[in-house]
Amino acid sequence: MSSIADAVQILRVKGLKVTFHTYAGDVKALDGVELAVRKGEILGLVGESGCGKSVTSLSIVGLLPPNAKVDDGEVLLGETNLLGMSKEGLRKVRLSDIAMVFQDPMTYLNPVLTVGSQIQEVLEQEPDIFVPLMAKSMLEDAQTQEGALPKMKLEEMAATGRAGRKDRRTLARAYVLKMLREVRLPEPERIFKLYPFELSGGMRQRAMIAMALVRRPKLLIADEMTTALDVTVQAQILQLLKELRTEIDASVLLITHDLGVVAEVCDRVAVMYAGNVVEVADAEDLFADPLHPYTQGLLASVPRVDSEVRERPSISGSVPNLIYPPSGCRFHPRCPKAFEKCPQTKPLLIEPKPGHLVACLLFEK
Amino acid sequence: MTAMADEILRIEGLVKWYPKKSGFYPRKVSNLQAVDGVSLSVKKGETLGVVGESGCGKTTLARTVMRLTEPTKGSIVFEGTDIAKLRGRKLRPFRRRMQMVFQDPYASLDPRQNVRSAIMEPIRIHRVAKSSQEAQMMAADLIEEVGLNPDHLSRFPHEFSGGQRQRIALAIALAVSPEFMVLDEPTSSLDVSVQAQTLSLLRRLQRDRSLTYMFISHNLAVIREVCDRVAVMYLGRVVEVAPTSVLFNNPKHPYTVALLSSIPVPDPSKRKELVPLAGDVPSPVDIPAGCRFRARCAFSTSKCADVSPQLVQVEKDHWVECLYDIDFMAKTKSELSA
Repeated sequence: MSSIADAVQILRVKGLKVTFHTYAGDVKALDGVELAVRKGEILGLVGESGCGKSVTSLSIVGLLPPNAKVDDGEVLLGETNLLGMSKEGLRKVRLSDIAMVFQDPMTYLNPVLTVGSQIQEVLEQEPDIFVPLMAKSMLEDAQTQEGALPKMKLEEMAATGRAGRKDRRTLARAYVLKMLREVRLPEPERIFKLYPFELSGGMRQRAMIAMALVRRPKLLIADEMTTALDVTVQAQILQLLKELRTEIDASVLLITHDLGVVAEVCDRVAVMYAGNVVEVADAEDLFADPLHPYTQGLLASVPRVDSEVRERPSISGSVPNLIYPPSGCRFHPRCPKAFEKCPQTKPLLIEPKPGHLVACLLFEK
Repeated sequence: MTAMADEILRIEGLVKWYPKKSGFYPRKVSNLQAVDGVSLSVKKGETLGVVGESGCGKTTLARTVMRLTEPTKGSIVFEGTDIAKLRGRKLRPFRRRMQMVFQDPYASLDPRQNVRSAIMEPIRIHRVAKSSQEAQMMAADLIEEVGLNPDHLSRFPHEFSGGQRQRIALAIALAVSPEFMVLDEPTSSLDVSVQAQTLSLLRRLQRDRSLTYMFISHNLAVIREVCDRVAVMYLGRVVEVAPTSVLFNNPKHPYTVALLSSIPVPDPSKRKELVPLAGDVPSPVDIPAGCRFRARCAFSTSKCADVSPQLVQVEKDHWVECLYDIDFMAKTKSELSA
């Protein structure tokens, strides 16, 4: 994997294996996932439901449910392995380095706190981290001149990282308003005081994004962020994501099953099938020249508004039961190009073409 | 719209309002105008798509047409009979002739009823079979027709995947040999590869049984693939109706244009700057007069607030509910800004 190593990787997932213990048996949900997120890119993670996209993201942030067990592998943020970390350490990571946005904002927003106060809450909890961050950010902002805090005070706070309780609150409030403005919410002062149920789906998702971005994370994990939204609102949120990536300088791991969304915003794409990453490539390369038979089938089966095709080919069969996963390559029972070696050998990610990784025995020499 | 010989269903001025109550002794304070004056016709053997964002009234339209909810006003003419006012025994034969498949196969199947009994229930109610043996045979044929096998008959819904459940729901609907089927988002809870399988099954069934479909979806790509004609809904009204290729190649209503341009295309080389519609769909409670789309429309004028547009035919079979010709408007606008 030489070419991947060239760019700065902020997150690497290596050989990640996760099993879920259930009454029916052990579900081998992840079977050696390999993934690397480069600095500043939007990496799409696509696959059908149950392929392990969300399990991968939950393992990264250490939020797997209690019946899940990580059997093997590493999740490296810079040089630290997140899998070996203490709960408190992981909490700090989620606080400052990795943020997540989920599919259904209503489930993740607190219904009894106003939008503003629940974003502000975090900022007041951890003054060591947030006071300098907020103060610096407010200093950059031209609008602070008319803000609640004088410039001198802000400079002092930025330098020492200390602020009185009252100042901290004023600062946090001003900063939250700035963030709400940054995610293009209209009338931030009014939205600040509203409860989540009073917002529309798109506005809630913007509030979630604001909450994720207050920490200036290095990595934003967006798990089916636009799936519950209507297309016109989805277009608004995707546009926002494109605009924000340059402003916040964070990498994004965009998890979705919608290949249209991937094509629209992602720089690179990783395709997952039954607990494995089966193909990774630049977005344009992947769509123009998919190598893995699964990716080919998936792309062919997507309905498209831009073509008149009436009969789409579909991948025969259905996603395997991962309690008893198929041997060798997990795709072989559905693969039109399977040959005698496929049920025996598990293919590893190789690079048949510069920058284009694929896990398929067809490409092994 | 004028009556045509080959139409199976004609909806005229259909209205469905839900009263909104409030207060300690609940009193009606306003109306949620879910469907507000929809006129449509469905031709025999065609697939009419109904598309729109959530809350635009697609499902209410479907449920009202199926008489699962009572229409507030308007007529639903099925093969020459207005079924909007029919009740009880008079309605029953029509219930057999029109069937519906719902969005969520996890909710539409009874978890405690096995597949055989679920398929035989409508057969029994509508007395389609002469004997219980015949009903059993029919169930076995139906399950094969939708691509499952007779062994599946004694199983329960939880043993099936989403795609398989949707096939079972189809078998149940087909049990009484309907002529007209309403498919309410039949594939939106399915993965793309399963979606393709289900759509090709629907097409095969339509061909074999010469069915007429009303296909409701929010997914324009799916609509483009399966429908002959498409109706676009916005806030309880149909704003544009046209044959599929006309609608996708030459949309006339500003809302249709915006909707089409906000769909991400699975091809990075065609990546475009998304020009999203601003704002959200307004509340359907007590909608003010005038064009409903005017608040989000790029071309709205003061006239749009005063005059409620009506569906007019701009070309053959192409109906648009807008006061202006937007091709002309767009041109003038770019000339003005230039």
